[in-house]
Amino acid sequence: MIKENQPMIDLFKTKAEAVSAEVHRFPGKTEALSFILDFLKKEDISKPNGSTAVWADCPFLKKIQLSEKIPGLRFDVTRETASAAKIGISQMEWAIADTGTLVQDATAFEQRLVSSLPEIHIALIASNKIVPDLATALSRISPGNAGYLTFITGPSRTADIERVLTIGVHGPERLIIVFVDQLEE
Amino acid sequence: MGTKLRKKASKAMADATLTGALGNFSEAYMISRAKAYEGIDFEALRTSIATIKGNAAQHFEELAEQFKKNAEAKGAKVFRANSPHEVRKYILDLVKEKGVKRIVKSKSMASEEIHLNHALEAAGVHVKEMDLGEWIIQLAGHKPSHMVLPAIHMTRQQVSDLFSKEVNERLTTDIPKLVKTARKQLRKHYFEADAGITGANIAIAEGGTIVLVTNEGNSRLVTTLPKIHIAIVGLEKLVPRFQDAVPILQALPRSATSQLLTSYVSMISGPTPNTDGSMKELHIILMDNQRTAMARDPKFREALQCIRCAACLNVCPVYRLIGGHVFGYVYTGGIGTILTSWFNEMKNAEDIQGLCITCGRCREVCAGKINIPELILEIRRRLVKKQGMPFIQKSALSVVNNRRLFHAMLRAGYLAQMPFVKEGFIRHLPLFFSSLSEFRSLPAVAKTAFHVKFKKIKQQKCAEKVAFFTGCAIDFVYPEIGEAVIKVLNKAGLEVVVPEDQTCCGTPSRGFGAYDMAADCAVRNIQALLNDDIPYVVVACASCASALKQEFVHMLETEKRPEWIEKAKALAAKTYDFSSLVKKLVDEKRLVLNPAKVSKLITYHDSCHAKRILGVYKEPRELISKAGHKFVETYESDVCCGMGGSYTIKQPEISSRVLKRKLKNIEDTKADIICMECPGCIMQIKGGLDKTGSKIRVKHTAEILAENLE
Repeated sequence: MIKENQPMIDLFKTKAEAVSAEVHRFPGKTEALSFILDFLKKEDISKPNGSTAVWADCPFLKKIQLSEKIPGLRFDVTRETASAAKIGISQMEWAIADTGTLVQDATAFEQRLVSSLPEIHIALIASNKIVPDLATALSRISPGNAGYLTFITGPSRTADIERVLTIGVHGPERLIIVFVDQLEE
Repeated sequence: MGTKLRKKASKAMADATLTGALGNFSEAYMISRAKAYEGIDFEALRTSIATIKGNAAQHFEELAEQFKKNAEAKGAKVFRANSPHEVRKYILDLVKEKGVKRIVKSKSMASEEIHLNHALEAAGVHVKEMDLGEWIIQLAGHKPSHMVLPAIHMTRQQVSDLFSKEVNERLTTDIPKLVKTARKQLRKHYFEADAGITGANIAIAEGGTIVLVTNEGNSRLVTTLPKIHIAIVGLEKLVPRFQDAVPILQALPRSATSQLLTSYVSMISGPTPNTDGSMKELHIILMDNQRTAMARDPKFREALQCIRCAACLNVCPVYRLIGGHVFGYVYTGGIGTILTSWFNEMKNAEDIQGLCITCGRCREVCAGKINIPELILEIRRRLVKKQGMPFIQKSALSVVNNRRLFHAMLRAGYLAQMPFVKEGFIRHLPLFFSSLSEFRSLPAVAKTAFHVKFKKIKQQKCAEKVAFFTGCAIDFVYPEIGEAVIKVLNKAGLEVVVPEDQTCCGTPSRGFGAYDMAADCAVRNIQALLNDDIPYVVVACASCASALKQEFVHMLETEKRPEWIEKAKALAAKTYDFSSLVKKLVDEKRLVLNPAKVSKLITYHDSCHAKRILGVYKEPRELISKAGHKFVETYESDVCCGMGGSYTIKQPEISSRVLKRKLKNIEDTKADIICMECPGCIMQIKGGLDKTGSKIRVKHTAEILAENLE
């Protein structure tokens, strides 16, 4: 399955990077988690009174023991915590290869808050959840069943001042996409 | 055009910042758009959009009801409003009932259409535009000048001044820092707002779903943080199924901002929980405001296929000179003119419709496959039908449409011009012509008209004949082009006849909206040209050729003269533009083009009618190369020269500015000769090059090919 998806993931990476997203890929949850924790450390999340991060509830978090103590990482996502956080983490449900897009049922507001208020959004995605294009995605999803379906392609951007492309307006200025090959165990 | 609008246009064109920004954008846009569409069959894509939206427009009632049913089943409130007043009233009542004091808005053209902010502010509600461009123009007190980039008319300096005032601190003009300032400054408003207002790019009936297509991320916050969400949705956003959204989502970002997909697309189906655990109140207003009436109109229903990508503005040679504050009302540019004539009052469109040069460049990029210039001509036609035509205009057209009378008057004009003629150009025109002569010399009327000269031209007798439709310009101004045409065709074994009763092709009348007069021209020309013994009709003017090949049928249909339509079709079938006929003769080996003794560097100007109506652009290039000349392309070779028939008389200043760009691009090629196939373009470009003292000569393709036939 994963092997068959390789060309799609390659295409996804090209398209997502073309719109300033950062794309990583790991074989399992352990490696992905260690990448995320390293990243949080680098961004001062682990320091007491440092920056904070919010992680919205998702399948990835199941059976995970966050043994290391990361003072700034929070799982209670509210207007206040998400607004104060530097980093938001969530798991997306589908990836669309030909546009480098992530798709998520974001009916729960927590999912939207972590991906729109912080400066950095880390988006987890299972490698087998990649589809070639939007039409396929919509045929798989039953889009009408989600109250709020979100499609994310790269970080927030604008060209409203003199058409100069500028990253990070109201939403995140960095989008870090983490593919996990064996996400569901 | 009113004096007021003329002044506004003049002022805009004098604004170097504006024209510079728009000019650079239009050039960059073509490149980035092409890249975004790589690997995509644009024709197939836009045909699918046109079909989906065209069909939807014929089923607004059912779709609106289906949408309402499905959205309400999910807990949304759907209100159907006919007029802008009803939309405003619904929102004002709601605001009052819920005690809404603060509103955040995501960019919505529908709200601009009904001047919503003004009404809300008058009711004491604090409204904040959260889209960066919309916020900038809100601070400046401007209307959007572009449907996608509302503040494109403003510089970073102006933005910095506005923001500095807002934050009470002197800011620099560093754009990323200005954007950061906006982020910081606007953030708190999401949290304080009682309600959020958005538009919608698509409304999907089967899901009761609205789709928001954005880049900055403000719409996600506007629809998430406040407890009430109000969406204003024009009926034309309705499509039946989710899959129908696919082609729109493929085309909209590519055409609007050259992206494969925007950063964010949200599909909202019913209310979702608020952050305090309550359910959001979702109010969706389906706004008609003339859209149903438009859908019933056999011509204008097509405009409902618009997806608001603004590609038509980005490629418009007039828009890039004057911007959306002059060319438009709320909706801007060509499509804006059409929408304004329906959504707002006709009087708002009456003046601005005259700004369209009908070059058709927008038609090529329109993702909804809308024939924008044709619809603008339709506005003209209806205005003329309703209000009549000024006497002088009508008299002038009557003269032009009567070849004999026109000839007689031109002869009189020729005599009057005598003292001013020098090397074929009028160096100093009488005073009443002066505003036209400033940027371009005008050609003198030929001493002997072509149809008179023709009688003395010796041709070899041939078995096959071709009828030559000369058009007014070749007949009266450039008879030498006519002579070249005969030389080439006769060499290929065709005997050229010039039917005497031919008259004006009707294009000037059509351009003024006088379709009845244009239809009369069509009938007279059909009578003159349609002859069983003559297999071909050749036209050496791209505008006239378009008339014979397409417009005759169209005019006769519009004017309901069915008895002539079959004949018009028969005429169209045997009509060839010069290049296409010669190419055919060369391919059939009936004509051999010898390499020129002296090879020249030749470039080419694609006349709007040749490139975009007839689809002829490869043929002349191939023929010029076959004739042994080196070919060099002109940058933007298919952008209008600014002549546009009578446009140059009606809008001389815009015409001259469009020409100026064209001349620069031509000069840059360092060619010896520029070729083209429309005497109107020749008049404009030759006059312009003459005025600037250029060494580049202007020729009709026929003249180049006629040079080395021996």
